[in-house]
Amino acid sequence: MAASVSRVLSAGSNVLLGQRASLLAKKCRNFHVSILTNSANNANSANFVSAPSSLDAMKEEEVIMRETVAKMAKAKIQPLVRKMDEVSHMDSSVLSALFENGLMGIEIPADYGGTNSTFFSSILVIEELAKVDPSVSVLCDIQNTLINTLLMKYGTEEQKKKYLPRLATDMVGSFCLSEPQSGSDAFSLKTVAVRDGDHFILNGSKMWISNAEQAGMFLVMANAKPTDGYKGITCFLIDRDSPGLSVGKKEDKLGLRASSTCAIHFDNVKVPVSSILGKFGHGYKYAISMLNEGRIGIAAQMIGLAQGCFDATVPYTMERKQFGKRVWDFQAMQHQIAQIACKIEAARLMVYNAARLKEEGRPFVKQAGMAKYYTAEVAAETTSKCIEWMGGVGFTKDYPVEKFYRDCKIGTIYEGTSNIQLNTIAKFVESEFKNR
Amino acid sequence: MALRVLVGCKRVIDYAVKVRVKPDKTGVITDGVKHAMNPFDEIAIEEAIRMKEKKIVSEVVAVSCGPAACQEVLRTALAMGADRAIHVDVSGKEYDSLQPLHVSKLLAKLATSEKADLVILGKQAIDDDCNQTGQMLAALLDWPQACFASKVEKQDGGLTVTREIDGGLETIKVKLPAVITADLRLNEPRYATLPNIMKAKKKPIAKKTAKELGVDLTPRQSVVRVEDPPVREAGVKVASVEELVAKLKQMGRV
Repeated sequence: MAASVSRVLSAGSNVLLGQRASLLAKKCRNFHVSILTNSANNANSANFVSAPSSLDAMKEEEVIMRETVAKMAKAKIQPLVRKMDEVSHMDSSVLSALFENGLMGIEIPADYGGTNSTFFSSILVIEELAKVDPSVSVLCDIQNTLINTLLMKYGTEEQKKKYLPRLATDMVGSFCLSEPQSGSDAFSLKTVAVRDGDHFILNGSKMWISNAEQAGMFLVMANAKPTDGYKGITCFLIDRDSPGLSVGKKEDKLGLRASSTCAIHFDNVKVPVSSILGKFGHGYKYAISMLNEGRIGIAAQMIGLAQGCFDATVPYTMERKQFGKRVWDFQAMQHQIAQIACKIEAARLMVYNAARLKEEGRPFVKQAGMAKYYTAEVAAETTSKCIEWMGGVGFTKDYPVEKFYRDCKIGTIYEGTSNIQLNTIAKFVESEFKNR
Repeated sequence: MALRVLVGCKRVIDYAVKVRVKPDKTGVITDGVKHAMNPFDEIAIEEAIRMKEKKIVSEVVAVSCGPAACQEVLRTALAMGADRAIHVDVSGKEYDSLQPLHVSKLLAKLATSEKADLVILGKQAIDDDCNQTGQMLAALLDWPQACFASKVEKQDGGLTVTREIDGGLETIKVKLPAVITADLRLNEPRYATLPNIMKAKKKPIAKKTAKELGVDLTPRQSVVRVEDPPVREAGVKVASVEELVAKLKQMGRV
C-alpha cells in the first residue's frame, strides 16, 4: 500500500506541495511499519513473497513421495486392513514396509540413516497412509512428529547417535504423558522420578500409550521435583528392556484397533541421569511444543481418513441403482456429496497451510489447533454421511466405511481434545482483539 | 565386468486411467490426465538395478525422450537406483509425431556416445503397443537382440536370456553389447524408498536435443483417425446348429 501511495505521490508531485507530500509519505511509511511490528497479534502480516502460490503447489520430491506411498499402501497395507482391525493387531509385514521404505524417519538427517526430508513430506505420508488405514497412519505420525522431533531438537549427540538410526530403521518409539488420573490436565501427572546418586528411580503408571506393543523405547514424562509442581516434569528416554518396566494389556477399542494402546507401569525403574532428554524440569515445555506440531500430524490423519472414506463411497453411488436411476443421479445426493466435498477441501487446506507455516518458521499454533479441531469434525461428519450414502451395505463390515466411522471418533479426543483446541483458539482470538 | 547399461523410460498415461478419445478424433486426451512410467520400463529399470546389485553392471543410465514432464519419470528411475539420467527434449508437434523409429535412432546415438554395453527397454509401451523400438535399435546398432526377456543371467562372454514366445520359453545366449526388452515376468519392480527419492534430487539429469544427436524427427506416418473400439453388440441366441450355420452364411462369415 505504501508503495502505490508513494508512486501516486511522485507522479503528482507537481500537483501536491512538496512538504505536504513528504508528510503524507512519512505517515504511510509509519503505518506500514506498524503493521510489520504488530506481528504478535496479526501473526501473518510480515508475509511478503514475490511469487505466492496455491496450497496445491508442491515440490517435485513431495509429489513423488506421495505417489510412492499411495502405491505402496495400496499394495502392501490395504489387503491386511480388515484382518488387522478384527484381531486388533498390526501385522509385522506392515511395520517392515514402513521401515524399509523410509517412512519412519522422514525428517531424520541422512547421516543418522534417515530419509532427510521435511515436515511437509511427513504430513503427506501421514495423509496417504490414513486413506488406507488410520491405525498405520497414527503409528507413523507419532514416530515422526513426536519421537523423532523431540530427539532431534533436544537430544545430546550421544542420545541422537544411540536412538535416531534405530528409529529410522527398525525401532518404534512411544510417547508417555497421559496417566489414569491425568489426561487433559496433563501436568498433574503423578509418575515420579527420585534422584539416587547418578540415577533416577521412576515409579508410576502411564495410560493410553499408543505403539506400546511395538515400542523399543519410551519418552516418559515424569516429575523429578514435585515440590515445583509442573516445573519439575522431566523427559526421560527409557529402553523397553529396563527392569521394572512392564507393558500392560492392550485396550479393546472402538476404532484404530490395529494401533496398540496399552498402560505402562514403572516399578522402581532405575535410569541413569544421562537419560534425561534436554533440561531438567523442562519436560512440560517440550510436551507443549511437540503436541503443537503433533496436532498437524493428527489433522493430516483425519483428513486422509475422511478422503479415504469418501473415495470408497462415491463410486458406489455411481453404480447402485434405485427407481431406475443411479443413487448419484438424485439431486439431493449430489448436494449432500458436494457439501462434504467442500468441507474436506477446506479442512485439507487448513492442514497444508498450518504445515507450511510451521516450515516457514512462522507462528502456527493457532492454525494447528484449528486444523486438528476442524478435521476431526469433518472426518466425523464425512464418515457418518458415507454410511448413509452406501445404505445397508455401509453398515456391514464387508465394506470399509464402517471402519472409518469407528476410527474417526478418537480424532476429537486424543492429542488434545476438541474442547482444549477451542480453548487455545479462543485465547488467540482474545489476544488478537485485546491489542486493537 | 564394469558394464554400463542404458535403460529407456517412457512417460505414458497411467495404466489405471480410463483413456478417452479426443472429440476431434486426432488422439486421446492427455491434458490433466495422470501419467506415469511405462510399466514395462519400470521392469527394465528394476532389472538393471538388480544387475548392479549383483555387480554385473557398474552404472545405470536412464533415458527418456519427450517434453519437460519426462523429468518426473527420470526422477522416479533415479529414486529406484539409477545413477544418472538423460532427458532428450522433444516437445510440441515433434513429440506428437514421435515414432519408434525416431526413438530408436536417438537411443542408438546415445548408446554409442555413452559407450553403453547393454540397453534394456520395456518390450512395448502401453499407449501405442508398438513393440518396435528395441528391435529397431538392435538393427541400427547391429547388436544382438533378446526380446520378451523373462530371465537374464550373466554368462562368460555375454548373457543367457530366457524369452517368452508363443510356444513357451526359449533360451538364447547373446554376446555383449546387446539389446534386451523386458517382459512382464522378468521381475517385480521395487518401490522407490523415501530416502532414495531424496538422494535422487542430487543425481544429474543431462539435457540433450535431437538436433545435437543429429537425428531427424520428421514423421514418416501421420495419424488419420483415432476412434473408440466398436461398442460390443448384443449376441444372438440360436436354437440349433443348422440355424447357426445358416446365420453365419448369411453374415458372409462362412
